[in-house]
Amino acid sequence: MTVLATIATQRAIGRVNPVAKLLAAVVLSLTLLLSIDWVSAGVALVLEAGLLAWSGLTPGQLLRRTAPLWIAAPLAFITTCLYGRDSGATLLTSGFITVTQGSVALGLAIGLRILAIGIPGIVLFATTDPTDLADGLAQVLRLPSRFVLGALAGIRLVGLFQDDWRQLGLARRARGVADVGGLIGRIRRGAGMAFALLVLSVRRGSKLATAMEARGFGSDIERTWARPSTFGRPEWTLVATAALIAAVAVVCAVGAGTWEIVVG
Amino acid sequence: MIEPGERVLLLGASGAGKSTLLAGLAGVLGGDDEGDETGSLTLDGASAASQRGRAGLVLQDPDSQVILARVGDDVAFGPENLGVPRDEIWRRVRSALDAVGLDLPLDRSTSELSGGQKQRLALAGALAMQPGLLLLDEPTANLDPAGVTEVRDAVARVVAQTGATLVVVEHRVSVWLPVVDRVVVLAPGGGVVADGTPDVVLAARGAELAESGVWVPGVAPAFPARVPSPSSPLLEIDRLSVGRRPRVAVADGITATVSSGRALAVTGPNGVGKSTLALTAAGLLPPVGGRLRASGPLSLGASDHPIDWKSRELLTRIGTVFQDPEHQFLASTLRQELATGPRALRLAPRDIADRTDELLHRLRLDHLAEANPFTLSGGEKRRLSVATVLATRPRIVVLDEPTFGQDARTWRELVALCAELLDTGSGIVAVTHDAEFVDALADEVLELGGASAHAVSRVSASIGASA
Repeated sequence: MTVLATIATQRAIGRVNPVAKLLAAVVLSLTLLLSIDWVSAGVALVLEAGLLAWSGLTPGQLLRRTAPLWIAAPLAFITTCLYGRDSGATLLTSGFITVTQGSVALGLAIGLRILAIGIPGIVLFATTDPTDLADGLAQVLRLPSRFVLGALAGIRLVGLFQDDWRQLGLARRARGVADVGGLIGRIRRGAGMAFALLVLSVRRGSKLATAMEARGFGSDIERTWARPSTFGRPEWTLVATAALIAAVAVVCAVGAGTWEIVVG
Repeated sequence: MIEPGERVLLLGASGAGKSTLLAGLAGVLGGDDEGDETGSLTLDGASAASQRGRAGLVLQDPDSQVILARVGDDVAFGPENLGVPRDEIWRRVRSALDAVGLDLPLDRSTSELSGGQKQRLALAGALAMQPGLLLLDEPTANLDPAGVTEVRDAVARVVAQTGATLVVVEHRVSVWLPVVDRVVVLAPGGGVVADGTPDVVLAARGAELAESGVWVPGVAPAFPARVPSPSSPLLEIDRLSVGRRPRVAVADGITATVSSGRALAVTGPNGVGKSTLALTAAGLLPPVGGRLRASGPLSLGASDHPIDWKSRELLTRIGTVFQDPEHQFLASTLRQELATGPRALRLAPRDIADRTDELLHRLRLDHLAEANPFTLSGGEKRRLSVATVLATRPRIVVLDEPTFGQDARTWRELVALCAELLDTGSGIVAVTHDAEFVDALADEVLELGGASAHAVSRVSASIGASA
């Protein structure tokens, strides 16, 4: 759970309504997905890097949380260079592999894009408490409270499922079926455990639903909210910042002549 | 008919419909598509389902009743759903937490609470709705003795303060006797067997209730006679440290010996690493430090270290009964479930059939041979999980809280089974909070969480009694 746990921070970003964080991340990623070029992604990444100081995360936390990106981005860059669509001057050939100027540019565009979309997403959500997000979704975006609160309560069960999974694994060893042969045996055992976990989770889910109903959840009474969720100046500032970064990135890319809409 | 302000203990054999009645009173029984309804159930003169919020319900399992991540938010959940204004909600949250004696910051994480605290939180959550009727469905069955008292006292205080009506279902009558003023006994087929003040009902029906599985005060559980047998060490535990993750010990310096024909009870409060010790001693988790060594008669040619054994090698050496039986079920029928271990040992089909038939018969599960293990009652699941272990005849049986939440009848059966195992020369390690279980069986007690973690032998009541 440690990788998913919310990081508490004293910085302003910790108090910004999670809905604003969600909107900021959506604005950035949608814009950057319009075109696949290295200039827009690079500019966005540089501007974002300048704002990381305000993220509320220590460099250590930042590195740990974003670790998957630092593996995925170089990997995407290398594979695209080697196997991507070729164009322009050939830089290297060896067997199936051809590296061209075009494939390097494409690799760079994809690698930078993974970072430019992934980092703000991870940073914004690392400091978001699921309860606050649910409050925001229901009160600010007016999503149905039944759905939002049901999902929120369900998230809490994830920790219990992890314990269940561990116990299921130990129990298989105890029952004498944990060393049945090789990869196929392992896959079959995994499937069996997954099914057992499914049964257990349905059980837990229905117990939780009963407990929620017993507390008046799902009745016809108009619900009130114990925690207010507001959308004010800090929230608009965050969304505007994201929009500004996106705009600057697009302008630079158009100026450099690399902007090319991929869809539509 | 229950009058306002009455405090009722609801009893009956398992399957008599106690929990169903509570769910009905709480208005969470579901609609017409989920079953048939005859007769009427009214609360303040209106149907219970339409009166949601008038009755507060606390259930057995502490884990599945926590709804939100922070203590204050969790208590506020009920009033929010009832449309209570914000200021009033937080006033109620504070007074409800106060009433159950939970003196915690409102933003404390609910996952850090102990079982007893979680149950008191659930009680506070119900109280914040200001119900006229409090319904408790075995609220203390899954708690250690300290948690049981904690929750019972909180309920007593709350009922005295608010004057709310109370209906509680529980096998362990003595826990609730100081609180209730009326006892109602339901019949398995429907209807009421007895109804009156606790003294009258228990005097008239005590023996019958004890037989059907209720823990009646004054009716002492019968301890099985034990045949004193010679004993030899099977498993040496020497300054052992245990933990779920490498290098992170939850308990250390544990010293004890598991011997044939002897029972070692592991006791101590929640969270001191009892279950982790059991899983380590069972060869399922690697020791974090110290030594765990199997002696010759146990290792039988395999390594000295149980964690190095193959899964199949464990079967005849150490069997484990998990705290939650559902974690260890593998097959879709009881018969196949019992055959799983023997089949992994590659026994002849004839032998497998003999063993499964014998166990089904001995544990009174023959009529369920083709049923799915997940569909059994709590007591049946417990018996089956013990039977799956017995099927491979291990030298040592490790049990984690075998009597948790069990009625008196299942309890007697479990104790008898364990006594039989000991008499036939198996060693037993049992993690338990159950003082009576320790009295009935343990030859040595290892108390974790205290000053020292060395097993201390006790003069076994059962051996003394049988001599």
